[in-house]
Amino acid sequence: MNTASLTAHELMDRIKIGGITPARIVDDVLARAQAVNPGTHAFIRFADKITAGEGACPLPIAIKDNICVNGSLTTCASKILEGFRPPYDAEVVARIKAAGGVILGSANMDEFAFGSSCETSVYGPSHNPWDLKRVPGGSSGGSAAAVAAGQAVWALGSDTGGSIRQPAAFCGVVGLKPTYGRVSRYGLIAFGSSLDQIGPITKDVRDGALLLNIIAGFDPKDSTSVNAPVPDYTRALGRDVKGLRIGIPREYFIPGIQPEVLAAVRAAIDVFKAQGAQIVDIALPHTAYAVATYYIVATAEASSNLARFDGVEYGLRAFPAVPRKGKLIDMYEETRAQGFGAEAKRRIMLGTYVLSSGYYDAYYLRAQKVRTLIKQDFEKAFGACDVILSPTTPTTAFRIGEKMNDPVAMYLSDIFTIPANMAGIPAISIPCGFDGAKLPVGLQLMAGPFAEETLLAAAYAYEQAAPWHQARASL
Amino acid sequence: MITAETVNYISSLARLHLEGPEAVKLAGDLEAILHYAAKLNALDVASVTPTSHVLNVENVFRDDVPAPGLTPEQAFSFAIESQDNAYKVPRIIE
Amino acid sequence: MSTFETVIGLEVHLQLKTRTKIFCACPNVFGGTPNSHVCPVCLGLPGSLPVLNRQVLFDGMKVGLALGCRINTFVKFDRKNYFYPDLPKGYQITQFDFPIAQQGRIAFISGGKKKHVGITRAHIEEDAGKLVHDAAHQCSLADYNRTGTPLIEIVSEPDMRSAQEAYDYLTALKLTLSYLGVSDCDMEKGSLRCDANVSIRPLGEDRLGTKTELKNLNSFSALKRAVEFEAGRHEGVILGGGQIVQETLLWDEAKGRTVSMRSKENAHDYRYFPEPDLVPFTFDAAVIEDVRRTLPELPAAKQARLMTGHGLNDYDASILVQDPALADFFEACVSAGAEPKKAANWLNGPVMKELNDRGCPLAGLKLTPANLVKLAARVEDGTISNLAGKDVLADIVVSGEDVDCVIAAKGLAQVSDDAMLVSVVDEVLAANIKAVEEIRAGKAGVTGFLVGQAMKKMQGKANPKKINEIIARRLTHG
Repeated sequence: MNTASLTAHELMDRIKIGGITPARIVDDVLARAQAVNPGTHAFIRFADKITAGEGACPLPIAIKDNICVNGSLTTCASKILEGFRPPYDAEVVARIKAAGGVILGSANMDEFAFGSSCETSVYGPSHNPWDLKRVPGGSSGGSAAAVAAGQAVWALGSDTGGSIRQPAAFCGVVGLKPTYGRVSRYGLIAFGSSLDQIGPITKDVRDGALLLNIIAGFDPKDSTSVNAPVPDYTRALGRDVKGLRIGIPREYFIPGIQPEVLAAVRAAIDVFKAQGAQIVDIALPHTAYAVATYYIVATAEASSNLARFDGVEYGLRAFPAVPRKGKLIDMYEETRAQGFGAEAKRRIMLGTYVLSSGYYDAYYLRAQKVRTLIKQDFEKAFGACDVILSPTTPTTAFRIGEKMNDPVAMYLSDIFTIPANMAGIPAISIPCGFDGAKLPVGLQLMAGPFAEETLLAAAYAYEQAAPWHQARASL
Repeated sequence: MITAETVNYISSLARLHLEGPEAVKLAGDLEAILHYAAKLNALDVASVTPTSHVLNVENVFRDDVPAPGLTPEQAFSFAIESQDNAYKVPRIIE
Repeated sequence: MSTFETVIGLEVHLQLKTRTKIFCACPNVFGGTPNSHVCPVCLGLPGSLPVLNRQVLFDGMKVGLALGCRINTFVKFDRKNYFYPDLPKGYQITQFDFPIAQQGRIAFISGGKKKHVGITRAHIEEDAGKLVHDAAHQCSLADYNRTGTPLIEIVSEPDMRSAQEAYDYLTALKLTLSYLGVSDCDMEKGSLRCDANVSIRPLGEDRLGTKTELKNLNSFSALKRAVEFEAGRHEGVILGGGQIVQETLLWDEAKGRTVSMRSKENAHDYRYFPEPDLVPFTFDAAVIEDVRRTLPELPAAKQARLMTGHGLNDYDASILVQDPALADFFEACVSAGAEPKKAANWLNGPVMKELNDRGCPLAGLKLTPANLVKLAARVEDGTISNLAGKDVLADIVVSGEDVDCVIAAKGLAQVSDDAMLVSVVDEVLAANIKAVEEIRAGKAGVTGFLVGQAMKKMQGKANPKKINEIIARRLTHG
């Protein structure tokens, strides 16, 4: 077995017995990353300087291009941030460096994380390692593709409405969105501040627990990070799921789901049943409203978060060929017109609209109230079950270009992942099979706030019984 | 109904220059998304408290203790244009 | 006589003098090399996040309590969205619907009458950066040192009816705020800034007219002149059959007029929404009471106490409370045995003159209450003249030396030897026969001239009262 296909915990075991050195791992993985990147385009760029690290976990990692790395280009795959090198590390990057982690480079993504396919990247799309004609999902598509293709031992993504879990599902890897507040957002270039969360994308559940161990915890620089103790998440792995109450939300099993996805998820339910888990039927009645609520709340926050990209301090600055409204306003309007892609413009316009005078109550305030109802659905559901199980996505990976011209259809591909962000709860996507085209299917598990251990225990139990995660894309 | 006038107003608030087919397409896209979002009107939310923070965390402070910030070198490492230790922009006429 | 009345409300921005900025640990200091006190947070760099400085919340509470406001036990922050190069994030973090304090009131004397002005709210927000316009290079330069300085914005009700009332309100507000010690309250340095909302309406009308907002009022006199100008402009427009446009105007101090701010057009739709990066703040009444207990005695209460407790009149008391240090000094003098009225006279007269001449605060003088009390006593008992007293004061405020030592060293003690004074008076009378004749003819006012002549001969070291007595005696018995 070659280095690049091994998991982090397998590599750590080999380092411990002297089977391999951290330097060798970096060399092997980098070689693989560079060799297959023309096909996957998982990396936008490789780091300027890559040297083996020292520490508890000296493994190479791919970092999504919206997480600040001191002195390295960090652009959110957008033209407006071209040339921007932040003068500081995101908290998660500081923690990874402290553990000896080696940053291989910046993973491709949808521009400002606006998308579900990685196609809105100014650098061009990433490709799904299982079928290069298909999308890897998004917005953390580069991170998921890199891990699936063995271009990184593991990766960091960010998840605002499914941006870790959906690409993990499409690429046949594990993607974990922690509880809102579990991981510091300091240094994550914000999309929807009340929804964003950084999380691991890994080859298996144990690696997810390991990487979460490194990045989780209170950060005094992030007011919304929660000051609660961080357990050793690997200790939850191997816990028995006998008696675990697994809720099946009837609203997630709707017409329109690809039959092979449905079949794979049904089979997963049987795997849990066979292990003694208790399957309970639950209701999340406001599920149908989640996507609409999300697109109002997230775009409103985004329209404000993206106001700082104005051509004043950093990034792109542009002027129109023919002056229009005066030099300053021309600079703002032209910089943003040239710097943002079509989807970013769409979301900025929508977000500005729903906050504007006369529409706030009808859209933004109403959406915040519906968010309360969605959150209450989960609170009620977690009275009756410990974990909620669903498909991660209604379909497997779609073809590049297939949904680019229909924003609403594209938005609906996040239908099962968005509710967890609305409620702030942890959720994970794990491989649960393949469709007829040999494309991976993802199984989503959700748990209550800060119940990552329960989530990981259930995911690990499934993975042990149904080792779909061991399949590797052939590239 | 998202009119050209609305698109014009919103784009000016967002400081986003739009023109021609791009503005027309955006008007149509916004129309479609807002039409979809109108399904929220089916819910009675009169007595529901809005959620702006999903976790019940309160009172997160910082002590009033100074710490070093960026060096001048760092502060201008990313600057588009600078002059006299300041970020330079086109002249603002009041 | 105008048939309109002017309606004015003020928005006052107070910079807090906390050690660090509101949302980051950069030092909160005035000036410095541009962009020398900046970090990713106050530069608004992508990925940075705000964390509230604890002290700002407490200072905000203090301001609210001092203005008689209700302190909200649930407080949150919101974003106010607009583009301007002094605002790196493209939004300002401020408080929209749950400010720290609401519904207060401030009382003061204006035009000899007691006036109350309502305080709508006091809220916490961050200051913007500074722009310097460089005409030579056709550019503007942004300095973000000031970005993130904590501000309290104090919004008044539209309760003022003249430029003078607005001036008196701002004076009273500044005095109250200066007692709290949370800000330098210095208009010149911009730590106290004032915007005015001005409208006019026909006398007797209840509804408010269309207002304009005046900015760049950099001094008390600018406030007064700008409001007068703007009210006059409104009247001219309305009488000319026109309508006032609601807009923000800049006061041009040099030209003495208000001018439209073109660059802030279209900026009124601020799209406020709750700041997702800061959690809400709640506290119970006990915390508010704890803060209330730390408040110093405020000027209105202090003035009342000086009047009832020490028998001072309104005028003396009001001058003393202008400077809390002066009022404290006064009380120390009284404790050291001074008669209150006399101590107030010394402080409001000669001591105040020393402060003005030297342009320094009371703490800049080496004057102690004990020494001032002694000086007053020496003048009172005739050891030195009033004039010499002022001379001694000028010395001791710098040297800090004992009053008696200074009197001795300068030889300022008055001559109390009657025989010597009588002989000097006789010399003066002999040399001024004409004046003596006039006094005898009933022109009593001429006596002063003779006293002056005698004082001159004594080189000031005589008690003029005593000389006056001797002259009177010699003229009746002579």
